[in-house]
Amino acid sequence: MLTDTPSATMTTNPATTAPILQLKGVKISYGQITAVKGIDLELHAGELVCLIGANGAGKTTTLNAIAGTLPIATGNILYQGQHIEGLPAHQRLRRGLALVPEGRGIFTRLTVEENLRMGAYTRRDKDGVEADLERVYTLLPRVKERLAQVAGTLSGGEQQMVAIGRALLSRPKLLLLDEPSMGLAPLVVEKIFEVVRTVMREGVTVLLVEQNANLALEFAQRGYVMESGLMTLTGTGTELLHDPRVRAAYLGELD
Amino acid sequence: METLLQQIVNGLVVGSVYSLVALGYTMVYGILGLINFAHGDVMMIGALVALQAILFAQKMWPSLGPLALVGIGLVVSIPTCMLLGYVVERTAYRRLRNAPRLAPLITAIGVSFLLQTLAMIIWGRGYHSFPQLISTVPMQPIEGVFVTPVQITTLLVSAGLMAALLLVVNKTPLGRAMRATAENHRVASLMGVDANKIIAITFIIGSALAAIAGVMVASNYGIAHYTMGFLPGLKAFTAAVLGGIGNIGGAMLGGIVLGLVESIGAGYIETWSFGFLNSSYQDIFAFIILGAVLIFRPTGLLGERVADRA
Repeated sequence: MLTDTPSATMTTNPATTAPILQLKGVKISYGQITAVKGIDLELHAGELVCLIGANGAGKTTTLNAIAGTLPIATGNILYQGQHIEGLPAHQRLRRGLALVPEGRGIFTRLTVEENLRMGAYTRRDKDGVEADLERVYTLLPRVKERLAQVAGTLSGGEQQMVAIGRALLSRPKLLLLDEPSMGLAPLVVEKIFEVVRTVMREGVTVLLVEQNANLALEFAQRGYVMESGLMTLTGTGTELLHDPRVRAAYLGELD
Repeated sequence: METLLQQIVNGLVVGSVYSLVALGYTMVYGILGLINFAHGDVMMIGALVALQAILFAQKMWPSLGPLALVGIGLVVSIPTCMLLGYVVERTAYRRLRNAPRLAPLITAIGVSFLLQTLAMIIWGRGYHSFPQLISTVPMQPIEGVFVTPVQITTLLVSAGLMAALLLVVNKTPLGRAMRATAENHRVASLMGVDANKIIAITFIIGSALAAIAGVMVASNYGIAHYTMGFLPGLKAFTAAVLGGIGNIGGAMLGGIVLGLVESIGAGYIETWSFGFLNSSYQDIFAFIILGAVLIFRPTGLLGERVADRA
């Protein structure tokens, strides 16, 4: 069953647990242009939720606002029940909110290892960081082979893996992923999604933005559909996957 | 041959000072894309504050040795310049962080005038003789080539400072964060880096180096003056551009190369121009280099080492 209000579809988590992330009436503007026109969104701990929609729908803008690199015009963002609208990005990371930005955001002039260690910048537990580095190496063996290499020379897929590994080194509670599959070969995408699944199993909540709606909806427990700055649909992954409107608009099916 | 060797020695000394000052330009440019034209004047303030502290200490404790006096001069002037660098960044540049590029550039020139005028008000328009606490009596390690202890000190201290800076920038978490912020503020902030803090630290480090350079310049020439930061500042900027602005190794290399070219040029300019020009025209070399680099290799000697792929 599909509803047009996000709050009615709490399929995975009972409403008894407070959401880890809550957006209420969030509007985001670039100068005169309003890119996000008042959206609500809820994420519960342990969920994997995807946000799909066409190019320019406002998905990346929304993620950037959650991560704090973009200010919001009105509305509220609550993280673990606390208002974070006023916090700068670097303080949101310290609370466990990590974004893997669109285009990966690799530091091209730093080595792969330095990139990964940047993820642990705020951490003071040296042993924990070393242990987490080892974990990332087992998760992403290809990254380990290239530690001393300047990251700008990596392929797109390798850069994406470094970007995800780097985000994991901050030990996030909530991981925001912006189009991790963009421009990558299917095999690489599969590998990346496998990593995301592992991460999720370890208890990290994930909000995934994807243009590849099919992939995202198969993968996620719940989904939101965004259109021209508004949330138009929400439901479980399967529901959305079979919704005729979604199929027509995003999965390239005409009937 | 002696002239050449002599000019190489002189060039290395003056070049090492250019390098120290150039580092301040290049680090700020690397992280903010801003040419901080007030940087040379921070060096001037460093020299004059050190002078003031030394004169005061000489009066208070006449028995102090020369090294202790230099030490006092540095101990007072380095923190003063660090604070000055921080205040300039905080009050003048930070609020222009998202302004078009021309605004902070013009502001930097304004800050430069402001510092010069302030120094003129405090220290007057006259030249102050700077006590030559480290000996300027030349030694002759090779027949016909003269080196003074103050030159040797300058060279050694510069080399030590540059090695230390390279170590900090390349091997510490702070340096890593500085390089990350220089490449991409936004992503660095996603790693939990407070970009404003890193930028402030960059200004503070650059200003500390400038303070030391100011004391070196004043010690070598025995003079301090409220405009003494202008020309060395411009030349250090040239050195930074020559090495590849934004590139730390480049600033070091650029400073040394510029010092060498300038010294050797000054040594031979009379011969080359058939007696028409003399060594007081040595400043033209810096600006010939600046012009040539901007025309033929705008990225500088070490610019654009890394190709950004994918």
